[in-house]
Amino acid sequence: MIIRQLSVFLEDKSGRLTELTKILAENDVNISALSIADAADYGIIRMVVGRPDLAVKVLKEHGFSVNTTEVACLIVPNKPGGLYKALQILTDNKVDIDYMYAFDSGSRATVVIRTANIPEVIKILQDHKLELLKASQVYQV
Amino acid sequence: MIWDKDIECADREILREIQSERLVKMVKRVYDNVPFYHQKMKEKGIEPGDVKGVDQLKHLPFTVKTDLRDNYPFGLFSAPQSEIVRLHASSGTTGKPIVAGYTRKDLEIWSEVIARSLTMAGITRHDIVQVAYGYGLFTGGLGVHYGVEKVGASVIPISGGNTMKQLQLMQDFGSTAIACTPSYAAFLGESIIKGGLRGKIKLKTGVFGAEPWTEEMRTQIQDMLGIKAYDIYGLTEVIGPGVSMECEHQCGSHIFEDHFIPEIIDPKTLEVLPHGELGELVFTPVSKEGMPLLRYRTRDLTRLHVEKCACGRTLIRMEKCLGRSDDMLIIRGVNVFPSQVESVLLEMSETSPHYQLIVTRDNNLDALEIRVEIDDQFWSDEVKVLEALKKRISHNISSVLGISATIKLVEPRSIERSEGKAKRVIDNRHI
Repeated sequence: MIIRQLSVFLEDKSGRLTELTKILAENDVNISALSIADAADYGIIRMVVGRPDLAVKVLKEHGFSVNTTEVACLIVPNKPGGLYKALQILTDNKVDIDYMYAFDSGSRATVVIRTANIPEVIKILQDHKLELLKASQVYQV
Repeated sequence: MIWDKDIECADREILREIQSERLVKMVKRVYDNVPFYHQKMKEKGIEPGDVKGVDQLKHLPFTVKTDLRDNYPFGLFSAPQSEIVRLHASSGTTGKPIVAGYTRKDLEIWSEVIARSLTMAGITRHDIVQVAYGYGLFTGGLGVHYGVEKVGASVIPISGGNTMKQLQLMQDFGSTAIACTPSYAAFLGESIIKGGLRGKIKLKTGVFGAEPWTEEMRTQIQDMLGIKAYDIYGLTEVIGPGVSMECEHQCGSHIFEDHFIPEIIDPKTLEVLPHGELGELVFTPVSKEGMPLLRYRTRDLTRLHVEKCACGRTLIRMEKCLGRSDDMLIIRGVNVFPSQVESVLLEMSETSPHYQLIVTRDNNLDALEIRVEIDDQFWSDEVKVLEALKKRISHNISSVLGISATIKLVEPRSIERSEGKAKRVIDNRHI
């Protein structure tokens, strides 16, 4: 249930993101989810990808600064109140979310959640019968 | 160990006699052969015959960097071209390079002072020395090279750059000593740690110079490479590396005074200051034939200490320079040395000492931006953590420099490293 997310530190330079996606494309790495946290003079790209180990390796080889972090990917119904219900559970359990991003796919939506303690969050969500994305559903085989 | 005990531990009176004898000859040489000095001495009303010894040194004219540029390329040479066997040049950042010409005897002196220096760092004929200074016009590579041969150690003339190969040969050949710039040593150290190669290298000592570095950087290099790190000092105008060198007590660098007479002057009044006082370091290379300069103003600020060292040497010691005044920036009226920024970054565990200062002037107001490479291992993917780091760097920098700076975090390895000598300052003010 724990998904490895890639974080890449990017300087505010034109073409840098294109370069990154080109490298992943050339190495047959699929990007399932992506978000950018932008500060004044740099950005942090966070991605869930199909082949995290390979992606880390090839990006490092090309001089990118890459780290990996653990995240949970929660699946909620793609309708009003879908996300609210899940977040209320986390709030009731006093879980602080560091950041999150979401994307929809048809009738459902996936929410990538980062907290200090991912195994704990996963347990809480499972105890409340919420659906989580499995690594096998994301990773390319 | 001491390479030449007779000179390095000589009675100071005997040293003075040697200096005096050589100075008299040198003054006559430049007066006769260099129109620039002939005229300068005439203007001051000094004839070579007036100079009886080092007591008269203070009456002689100074030489400054622009004099070398004005007499580019060979105008200050004291020997005819037929006697010059080697030319070196420093990478001038603005305008023309500084050129130095060496006679065969100059090269012998140079090898001799490097041999003394390497011996101070514990290097003997049983060592294998990797010379990772750039070979070529830069004095670092070839200068150290011939000193290693003089000592009788094995030299690996690998030159700078190509880190993979450096590490490969370091393991395969079993290098026991390395000579390079401190910034390149730090870079090699990082690569060794990263590659898990610490157990496979045999280095025990290192000779580093050609750019100013701090005690914090010394500690870091020593820890990463598992060696004792020594500071070697020199400048192309005087001879190259080997003007002075630290002994094992590391209480300042011993100046090879039999060849290079040091003085400390007040940079404003140009008066000679007594030992122990802070001022500008001035050298007169009395033994040189190719390009012996009279009282060359280094613009380095330091102090001299004449007390006998615990190592037994009587050679005068100079304190580590805070930085060349060439490197010194005056920003909003405040003196700023890149080495101060370095010491702040090294004190913080999350940053590496790779940085660049960019100075601009907008509406007559100076602005300082410091680009700092984030460390691969320590960066967080949370903006708030990185912003807090920026704030801490900014706070520490302004408390050390006395002026505020904008901190910009950049990707690891994105700051240009040329010839192993990091480009620390970009001054875009057109003043």
